[in-house]
Amino acid sequence: MATPTALDTVRATATGGTPPPVAGRTARRLRRRNTLAGWSFILPNFIGFAALTLVPVVASLALAFMQWNSYSTPEWVGLDNFRRMLASETFWTALYNTTYYALGHIPLTMVAALGFAVLLNRKLRGVQFFRTALFFPYITALVAVAVVWNMLFNPDAGPVNQLLRAIGVDNPPGWTTSTTWAMPAVIITSVWRDMGYYMVLYLAGLQTIPAELYEAARTDGASAWQRFWHITVPSLRPTTFFVLIMLTISSFKVFDLIQVMTEGGPGRSTLVLSQLIFREGITEGRFGYSSAIAMVLFVIVLLVTVIQFRLQQRSER
Amino acid sequence: MSVTVARRLALQALLTILGLAVLVPFGWMLVSSVKLDSQVLTVPIQWIPQEFHWDNYTRIWDRIPLATYLYNSMFLSVTITFLQVLTGSFAAYGFAKINFPGRDVLFLAYIATIAVPWQAYMVPQYIIMERLGLVNTHLSLILLQAFGAFGVFLMRQYYLTIPDELTEAARIDGLSEYGIWARIVLPLSKPALASLALLTFVNTWNDYMGPFIYLNSNDLWTVQIGLRTFIGLYEAEYAMIMTGSVLSILPILVVFLLGQRYFVQGIATSGLK
Repeated sequence: MATPTALDTVRATATGGTPPPVAGRTARRLRRRNTLAGWSFILPNFIGFAALTLVPVVASLALAFMQWNSYSTPEWVGLDNFRRMLASETFWTALYNTTYYALGHIPLTMVAALGFAVLLNRKLRGVQFFRTALFFPYITALVAVAVVWNMLFNPDAGPVNQLLRAIGVDNPPGWTTSTTWAMPAVIITSVWRDMGYYMVLYLAGLQTIPAELYEAARTDGASAWQRFWHITVPSLRPTTFFVLIMLTISSFKVFDLIQVMTEGGPGRSTLVLSQLIFREGITEGRFGYSSAIAMVLFVIVLLVTVIQFRLQQRSER
Repeated sequence: MSVTVARRLALQALLTILGLAVLVPFGWMLVSSVKLDSQVLTVPIQWIPQEFHWDNYTRIWDRIPLATYLYNSMFLSVTITFLQVLTGSFAAYGFAKINFPGRDVLFLAYIATIAVPWQAYMVPQYIIMERLGLVNTHLSLILLQAFGAFGVFLMRQYYLTIPDELTEAARIDGLSEYGIWARIVLPLSKPALASLALLTFVNTWNDYMGPFIYLNSNDLWTVQIGLRTFIGLYEAEYAMIMTGSVLSILPILVVFLLGQRYFVQGIATSGLK
């Protein structure tokens, strides 16, 4: 009998038969060697990842059902944290504000990003410069962004209201000093900041649309609007879907911008869920309660994402 | 014919106006940084300062320990970027090029945590750091950000595009797995390494919440925290605040202009899969 080769092993495995004994030993040795090598590559990263991400994620799941403050010992309390949360007016305000922010931020950013991408996908003067310029707000430090916009939104002497007065608005909004206008101010700032990032994604998507499609449509006499609506928009569907998911996840998690711009105020008018989690957990030291709110935020993000996936699948069918 | 020309001109005008409008906040920041405090918020706006107070840029170093802040930000950004790229690309090799049982489940755990909002586990994370006695040290931030799942994900996506025949051939030639990683895969993945390094550097430099939660001592603060505190204490020093803001984004501007195409590549790589 000829010595079994590696090929025999593959064949035997593929057909579901038992590999020849010698090859079996070799395969086992190979697998053990691979396992060792594989883990040795992953381990340096995995130790840090497991200790500081994986364990905390699992722990926060358990903490939501516990009563634990900085000083007390952890105690299992079942659904107590959730009951307290549902009875808390602050929680409902934060949930409302988070939804408000998301419903403003997501569509506006998408429209702005797509609009700029379509405009900057043409051969116009300065296209390269504006592509760069539009992306820059996204990587600008948040503190600088918040400070500049807070001043631009100054109710009396801020450039925004001066512009509004110039075009005939007699009583321009109080922006970050007003409970009604603080959230719109935050949304405007965040759209300005984020649109460049999503524009880059849209630009990448636009480059995959074959020029022949537009040529053909033009020959058929389709107007610019018709071409946009019947070629660009459908071709960009995968990109739009990805953009939507990313925007949804980041909108529901919004924290930094609001923390620096308004700290949730005035009053509780811009208080969002992630900020409430932060206040309860880190500032107040109510670890269990804060984890329960975190769990709700996580479930919301998960649910919205799953629903979007489902809708996407249905529309593809 | 003239209709097309008119349309082109209209589009060009639209692009110029919209593009410049997006840049107005930066322009305003720059102009305000060389004004007097009293000239920043005026009616009407002075787009060109009456006199240029360049001394704002020398005075700020005495007002806040900006040199310390810049050093801290630089130290954290460089250390974290180095570790993230090193351990990320190393782990990515294990995920992309070696076949072993349990690999895909493990990778799924990495991906899943990317989708979990950070606020959901920041409390347990903080408790762990507190128990380790690392709160109010730079080490806490380094540990938190150096082993990110994102780096592993981004590098793995790139390694998948490197043909397996290449690593197979090296294996047959007797090169060890570590040799293959160091001598074949790493040199081939320079663009991905560059985008990961740039994205990590910028994220760390701009990070506000990490230092905000973990660092209490002034001499450990980063530029972002230092600047925010300065603003909190001296709300009315508008010009000085703008000067600090300009200085805080200058390093990012330099990094960005040097590595522009890698940013775009990084976004595209993470966005495609």
